[in-house]
Amino acid sequence: MTCDEAEVLLHALIDGELDAGHAREVESHIADCPHCTALMRDYREMSKAMAGADMRYSAPPALRKRIEAALPQPKPAPNRRAVLRGFAMGSAVSAMAATGLVAIVLRRGDMERIQSEVVSAHLRSLQAGHLTDVISTDQHTVKPWFNGRLDVAPPVVDLTALGFTLIGGRLDYVDARPIGAVVYKRRQHVINLFVAPTSNTERRPARIDTVRGFNIRHWSDGGLDYWAVSDIGRDELAEFGEKFEATARTNREG
Amino acid sequence: MPPKASDDPDKARRFREAALPYLDDAYTLARYLLRNADDAEDAVQECYLRAFRHFDSYRGPAMKPWLFAILRNVCRAEYARRATAPATTIDDAPESAEQTPLWREAQETPEAQVLREKDSATIRRLVAALAEPFRETFVLREIQNLSYREIADVAEVPVGTVMSRLARARAMLRSAWLAEEEQPK
Repeated sequence: MTCDEAEVLLHALIDGELDAGHAREVESHIADCPHCTALMRDYREMSKAMAGADMRYSAPPALRKRIEAALPQPKPAPNRRAVLRGFAMGSAVSAMAATGLVAIVLRRGDMERIQSEVVSAHLRSLQAGHLTDVISTDQHTVKPWFNGRLDVAPPVVDLTALGFTLIGGRLDYVDARPIGAVVYKRRQHVINLFVAPTSNTERRPARIDTVRGFNIRHWSDGGLDYWAVSDIGRDELAEFGEKFEATARTNREG
Repeated sequence: MPPKASDDPDKARRFREAALPYLDDAYTLARYLLRNADDAEDAVQECYLRAFRHFDSYRGPAMKPWLFAILRNVCRAEYARRATAPATTIDDAPESAEQTPLWREAQETPEAQVLREKDSATIRRLVAALAEPFRETFVLREIQNLSYREIADVAEVPVGTVMSRLARARAMLRSAWLAEEEQPK
């Protein structure tokens, strides 16, 4: 073996990468060669110094953080896309949740839209000549007038004795359907009572909302939806509603 | 249907467990290859993102050399970007290396005159002064403890080339080492 060969192979010897046969050859050359012996001694010394030295660098914490942040998180927070995918995959739970959500949204949207239409109808009625189609303070005149014009005739009750004067009836349109409007007056204030059939036959207690400055008292009873609209105060409108409900019930039972 | 790779949290978890323990190793290699802390950070980050993208095709067994092979390619792209520094690449021919005696650089460095003991910083500096591709081979062997076979795979050269490069690297380092010992205080 020549020194040129040995100078390469002695590194493999140091690194333990030589097979037994080559290792013996290199070792025997070094034993007979002062030059290669000196090299071997220097390299071993260098390796020792390297092993004792701190040759390594530590990754900065910021680098670790950046890499961590760039990887998908182990427990990803559900984003909108994931929720939608949940629906799309047809999981029963999410499908029910979706349906419920849509129903709530629609009901709420419907209610607001109908309230808005009811107020618009009320405003239209206040323009000259639009308030009543049939003018009568007599409930027995107004009620028959609705028959034949609507599938379900609204109850018409006389509340004059209770402070609310019946002045007539009118056909109007709310939610793209013809709807009956019974018109009352409280002093100079007009109260439009819109009445429409509903599939819900349960009695639904009244609630009062204010839309565009008008109060609306809404309730359901006996398969009919009621919206009383006026610029009178909430208390007076509540009083009107309660008296109407009580009287209509008495008439129905009587 | 397998979940989309990039959205698979389990893949991310497995990658973390397999690859993140070698972050210091990767950063160390990048520091020696690029000789610049900021560039090393960028290279390691890019390396890990690439590694994650290709983690599906990783078949092992050794994660460290696999990461290093990716990191080396990232660093080579960085060399290419540094087209203004042609001296960073030296071919394997002994003559050309002889033309760049490293001890002379050490001599000219002011710190060399005050450092006689080989402390860690000095050795790091001597190693960092080695020319490529010898520095790469030397660091993979001496600091990262890769086998010749693994180094050959990372550097994409035959094992024989690894051996000759390593012999050259150590010979160059020895010269610089001795030159420094001859420095008067």
